[in-house]
Amino acid sequence: MIRYVAQRILLTIPVFLSVLTIVFLVVRVLPGDPATAALGDYASKDAVDALRERLGLNDPLPLQYVRFLADVLRGDLGTSMINSAPIGDQIAHNLPYTLELTLAALLVGVTLGIPVGVYMATERNRLPDIVGRVASLVGLSVPAFYLGLLLILLVGVQLKWLPAIGGGDLTEVGDSLTHLILPALTLGLVMTASVARLARSAMLNVLTQDYVRTARAKGIRERSVISRHALRSALIPIVALTGIWGVALIGDSVTTELVFSRPGLGKLMVGAMLQRDYTTLQSTMVIYALFVVGINLVTDLAYGFVDPRIKAKG
Amino acid sequence: MNAVASLRDRDALLRSAPTRSQRRRMWDTFVGNRAAVVGLGLAVAITLLSIFAPLLASHDPLAQDGAGRLKPPDDLFRLGRDAFGRDVLSRILYAGRISLVIGTASVLLGGTVGTLMGLVAGYSGGKLESLLMRAVDVLMAFPSLLLGLTVLAVLGPGLEKVILAIGLLLSPPFARVVHGATLSLKEQEFVSAARAVGAGHLRLMRLHILPNMVGEIVVLVSVWTASAIRVEASLSFIGLGISPPTPTWGNMIRDGTTHLINAPWLSVFPGLAILLTVLAFNLLGDGLRDVLDPKLQQ
Repeated sequence: MIRYVAQRILLTIPVFLSVLTIVFLVVRVLPGDPATAALGDYASKDAVDALRERLGLNDPLPLQYVRFLADVLRGDLGTSMINSAPIGDQIAHNLPYTLELTLAALLVGVTLGIPVGVYMATERNRLPDIVGRVASLVGLSVPAFYLGLLLILLVGVQLKWLPAIGGGDLTEVGDSLTHLILPALTLGLVMTASVARLARSAMLNVLTQDYVRTARAKGIRERSVISRHALRSALIPIVALTGIWGVALIGDSVTTELVFSRPGLGKLMVGAMLQRDYTTLQSTMVIYALFVVGINLVTDLAYGFVDPRIKAKG
Repeated sequence: MNAVASLRDRDALLRSAPTRSQRRRMWDTFVGNRAAVVGLGLAVAITLLSIFAPLLASHDPLAQDGAGRLKPPDDLFRLGRDAFGRDVLSRILYAGRISLVIGTASVLLGGTVGTLMGLVAGYSGGKLESLLMRAVDVLMAFPSLLLGLTVLAVLGPGLEKVILAIGLLLSPPFARVVHGATLSLKEQEFVSAARAVGAGHLRLMRLHILPNMVGEIVVLVSVWTASAIRVEASLSFIGLGISPPTPTWGNMIRDGTTHLINAPWLSVFPGLAILLTVLAFNLLGDGLRDVLDPKLQQ
């Protein structure tokens, strides 16, 4: 197990490097010049050149790349191209909001999705299964921001149960939690749909296996056949895909943060984009890349935990 | 001349296109799947509504009217009017054209590029394969919405740029599936047989391998069209892609959020349009998967 963990941790390095490379390339290789974009189409050529020089965009690409990597590894996120404020501070302020949102949503998605999917599988082709299948397909089709908007209208405006807007005060647990519920539910429900669908089909695959029939034949209670015998091996594909959904969740968190006017990386990033602040945009993407790598690592480790074959290998 | 003709005959024999009875059975399975039929019906209806939007829309989607600001739905403006007094229903109809054009064009682009990548990678193997598939892994490791957002931020607004950005996002999943299918198909006996009678690489890929994964590709097209429409809606909700005043479902919702409390129809109805459209293609994709891949049927 220790070897597996070490191996997975080492494997994050190339993944992180490749994602960093994408971030680097997207900003530089695609047509469109950050300096011209920042200054507008009518800026003088001199002004654009001066800004390009200041941003180091006139240097050869490999040199820029090495400098970019060195900055990231030193933890230097640079300063904003628009107002020269340190980007690190901005991120330190926004990151906790995004972190609590994605973790809460992941929790909702997994704790709701797996039992729902398992229940659908045991009720196959009966009413609960059919309702669940329709609901999960709707969940798969609804954009997160639209679901958020409907929740704001229903729970925040009509019922007035919860605050609908803002991120709350992070130093006060109660306040930040009430502000977290609706956005976390939004993202979590979108994820629940995918988890439930997969949990259902994974369970159906397992339930027809011989060993499940054997367990039933031995007279084991159905409850324990499902939870102790079938679910254990059905969990393997579910956990394997949780990483993919977690990554998708990060994308949807951007629009969710916008709908709920929550502070967070998404708001920071979109703000930077609309102001054409490429340095802030790039640094926010680096933090997102860390997120992606982190989520993949956690799923890999969880995978090792649920799959006895990996545990046994050591 | 003769040699060519006989090679063509052998191709026809070796290719395993569905026979008439097989096709009949597929059709029966599809029609028997109520969800898939509903999906197909919805998709066709939405496509027709969008194509004939200029005939169906009761108002000019861009015509402003200060006196009609934020008026709730009535007999003339069935889904209400926005902050500029424009008819919400007409705007939704016109916006459907943008969504469908972006959905189909980006899937066409991403699907073609991805399929070619996967086919070449799987068929050739070796260094080229690991290079291409590694690139696919890296692109898929990043949240697609974030990647699309960044690409669009750099490219700037415009219909063709949105198509390019979403097409880029869609090629890796196609490449991955086609790569897998190619790997297993190229080891099949009918491919070896075709190679034995002298078919070249291009011929093998085009006539023997590709036609045998049409099923998988059709399912991918349907599912990823749904995804493309959803991503486009998210991007234009963020404020990227198509510039106002051209209506898209996403930017209508975005404009509507400012008036969410006193004029909820501005965002609720365009959202419903997105939901129905994406749902239609997802239902269709699920149904097609059942038809084309009996192994997965459950």
